[in-house]
Amino acid sequence: MIGSARYWREIPQRYRYEAAKCDACGHVHFPPRLVCQKCKGRKFTTTNLALTGVVETFTIIRVAPTGFGDEAPYAVGVIRLDDGVKVTAQITDCDLERLAIGDPVRLEFRRVQQDGESGIICYGYKFVPQQRS
Amino acid sequence: MREVAIIGVGQNRWGELWGKSIRTVWTEAALEAIDDAGVDHIDAMYVGCMSGGLFVGQEHLGALLADQLGQGPIPGTRVESACASGGLAFRQAYLAVASGAHDIVLASGVEKMTDVDGGAATYALSTAADQEYECYHGITFPGLYAMMARVHMHRFGTTRRQLAQVAVKNHAHGSMNPLAQFPSTVTAEQVEQSVMVADPLRILDCSPITDGAAAVVLVPLDLARRLKKPIVRVAASAHATDAIALHDRQDLAWLASTEKAAELAYGQAKIGPAQLSLVEVHDCFTIAEIMVTEALGLFERGQGGKAAEAGHTALGGKIPVNCSGGLKSKGHPVGATGIAQIREATMQLRGDCGPRQVSKAHWALTQNMGGTGASTVVHIFERG
Repeated sequence: MIGSARYWREIPQRYRYEAAKCDACGHVHFPPRLVCQKCKGRKFTTTNLALTGVVETFTIIRVAPTGFGDEAPYAVGVIRLDDGVKVTAQITDCDLERLAIGDPVRLEFRRVQQDGESGIICYGYKFVPQQRS
Repeated sequence: MREVAIIGVGQNRWGELWGKSIRTVWTEAALEAIDDAGVDHIDAMYVGCMSGGLFVGQEHLGALLADQLGQGPIPGTRVESACASGGLAFRQAYLAVASGAHDIVLASGVEKMTDVDGGAATYALSTAADQEYECYHGITFPGLYAMMARVHMHRFGTTRRQLAQVAVKNHAHGSMNPLAQFPSTVTAEQVEQSVMVADPLRILDCSPITDGAAAVVLVPLDLARRLKKPIVRVAASAHATDAIALHDRQDLAWLASTEKAAELAYGQAKIGPAQLSLVEVHDCFTIAEIMVTEALGLFERGQGGKAAEAGHTALGGKIPVNCSGGLKSKGHPVGATGIAQIREATMQLRGDCGPRQVSKAHWALTQNMGGTGASTVVHIFERG
């Protein structure tokens, strides 16, 4: 179950795709961290994720977790964005059987999951292949 | 630091143990280890358990189980590192004995997973991944390992058949283990035709949901000699971590935490992978075993699948992997897995493994992993 505070505090990342760029080395973190993974720097400037990237890997979920049951089968992938950041998200609006590593994708704002019958409807980013397969 | 030896092991038959509570499952294994060691008390105990809270609604296992064992008021500590909880509990016990803090210490692990339905069990296991940035998007543990498998297949040409051979081999080994949950053998065709869970992984690529426990007793090496027990020396104990989210790793087809822990362990034991007689590794999915054998340096990067297909990892092969049946056949009660691996290593070095015995076993390595490899614990044991 996703409580409202837990959902609310991730909104800058899920709705606005806010990332943190290390002032010292320029590495971009998503979600933001307090310590840079690369250089241990502690000062960051807010930036926005690149909106395009490629499929680094993916799977097709046939046995879905609670909250996603109605949607299976669906694809989830690790996307390498053009700014070097890698994110995990669903890949949607495509022929699952023709999806491939290296496919170019674009980030879009979508409904991600529903927390039960009376819980929060959860939004965020998903990816759509740019050259429809 | 003192030298440390294992002098007792215990494990019950694993499976869906509906008639037994977590306290009974654990205490059976702990009593067997204490009896095997021939000691009348322990000075401290460590319990590896991933999620007593989510599986049976019970935390505070250190105190609960020390009391159940009749050993209160000794210090009882619960250790959590997802599926590496057992291995890490052993490491804490090892450090307690090696440092001189305690003399006779029980290292144990338990998980009681079948009291909840499949959805709740899947959720409990998924808490080992990044909840907000992986699980939020509908990924599951089979899905995460499937994504690793796809990179491995794409980059190295690892085949669907090579994945299946890992399951075939581990079930063949498990058929010789009387405590295994699924001792049945399977064929590659059965694996390849089983239900798809997360492409390319099928249900027979996945380790099962299991109730079970395991325990071992550690003492200083000189005490083990005075007690005239068969000597199995702890030659190395190492632990390393990595980013918890798969997408935060440089290389999705490489287990950096396993490579690091292995490097530390080989350094402590002053041996290399070529000297090992056998290994027990964390085959939570078939692809995991392939990637672990590479990260341990048993095979070149990218060659783990070919090695499995060639039979190098089977009993009688170049380096037998998971003679116990592994997580795949023996079962995977997550907190107990790391301890059961050490039990198998100890029994192999004592020569007590019957039909699955590796001949002339001298060095054994265990590798226990949490999440998608964010934690790895590696131990090396030597026959005394």
